[in-house]
Amino acid sequence: MTMGFLDNTYIGNILTAVKSLLTGLGVTLREFFTRKVTERYPENRKTQHISERHRAMLRMPHDEEGNNKCIACGLCQQACPNGTISITTRTVTDEESGKSKKVLAEYHYDLGACMFCQLCVNACPKGAIEFTNEFENAVFDRKKLIMKLNR
Amino acid sequence: MIDFTSINASIESYLQSVLPAQVATLVECALIAVCAIAAYLVFAIVMIYMERKVCAAFQCRIGPDRVGFLGLLQVFADVFKMLIKEIIDIKDSDRALYTLAPFLVVMSSLITFSCLPFDNGLQVLDFNIGVFFIMAASSFGVLGILLAGWSSNNKFSMIGAIRSGGQMISYELSMSLCILTLVVLSGTMRVSEIVEMQREGWFIVRGHIPAIIAFLIYLIAGNAETNRAPFDLPEAESELTAGFHTEYSGMGFGLFYVAEFMNLFIIAGIATTLFLGGWTPLYIPGLDGFNAAMEWIPGIVWFLGKVFFVIWLLMWVRWTFPRLRIDQVLVLEWKYLVPIGLLNLLIMTVCVVMGWTL
Repeated sequence: MTMGFLDNTYIGNILTAVKSLLTGLGVTLREFFTRKVTERYPENRKTQHISERHRAMLRMPHDEEGNNKCIACGLCQQACPNGTISITTRTVTDEESGKSKKVLAEYHYDLGACMFCQLCVNACPKGAIEFTNEFENAVFDRKKLIMKLNR
Repeated sequence: MIDFTSINASIESYLQSVLPAQVATLVECALIAVCAIAAYLVFAIVMIYMERKVCAAFQCRIGPDRVGFLGLLQVFADVFKMLIKEIIDIKDSDRALYTLAPFLVVMSSLITFSCLPFDNGLQVLDFNIGVFFIMAASSFGVLGILLAGWSSNNKFSMIGAIRSGGQMISYELSMSLCILTLVVLSGTMRVSEIVEMQREGWFIVRGHIPAIIAFLIYLIAGNAETNRAPFDLPEAESELTAGFHTEYSGMGFGLFYVAEFMNLFIIAGIATTLFLGGWTPLYIPGLDGFNAAMEWIPGIVWFLGKVFFVIWLLMWVRWTFPRLRIDQVLVLEWKYLVPIGLLNLLIMTVCVVMGWTL
């Protein structure tokens, strides 16, 4: 701020200081009366907004007939740094061509070991798994955190 | 308006009639002490709750609202937590001084607290050098802080105590200058007379420019006296862990904490008494109906309303500005506040001598 002839004088310093202090006080006074951002969590369950990209749990979407897109390639299992995912497969023979094919038997996911890095979702060539934002996953027994994702 | 002097007199005459004279005086002293300490604690509780809520509002938060209705029981929960904490004996500390220090701080603020006029006659100590006594009593709190830092055998506590000593002794000066400015305007040091004189216009209005300057300097110096941000370098948690009360736990710390809040109340109370008319209602010359309506509000409501408004101002400052460096603190005091305060005292004297006051 320039005050002309008062620049860097005793009086000028006081005026500059008072102006900048008042600016600060103005900012906080406005803040005092603004709507508060605090979320009262358990009470606001119905209206709370969780960001779409929030990663809270891995899920395998299924269509109406109960089919998923998983081809049991195991890339997600290899991509996982924590060994969270374990896949068991079984082999079926295609009736038309007679070729044998590996399909998914069980897709196990350990929520307790997951660090939500999304490497499994990125590795999946078919987009068969995704993260959802259902975050209320606390349980009293760790075994309940190991989930079977396919139906 | 209720006149508490008559109530006090009737209590005294009743006690004198049923008890021997000396016993009656003793009982009166005990009664007053109990009332003063109870009021002291109640205001401390109210202010700790207020501080947390006001601080939260300035930071765009809600503040405590889980313990009890609107979080009203939060302070009681905190006190309970503090009471069940272990009291630690520090190795190689000066035991006697270490134990004594928090009580000195509380004693200083309790004596000053008893000088505040809450309502007409509702005042423990009132004598002809009241203002002088307030200044003397409030300034020996720094002794407790110095002793706390010294006896803790901890370099952080020591640095905090030395900073606190340098800061509080410096700011005492400009605070006293501001009080002196008002004594020049009122012409008396008796607290009850100062308040009585403001019945027809508060001193901040009647003393106009010099009184407003004195009020502002008083608030700055008062903030520094209470060791609150932006002058909180005696405890500066990011540099000195907790400054002079680092080594205190449980109620030792609790006493420092309560005394800090009550010093804030006292600073605001003195500001109210000297500048904002104490318990006298708002008076606007000419508007008789308005003045009569204002008279209906009890004096204690006026006093507490003004005090909490001043406290709110101080909290607003606290949660706005960052902490000053120690050299900046001293430069602000010795190069700016003291010269301006002295000049202001001169201006006020000239105004009073020339009859330029309202």
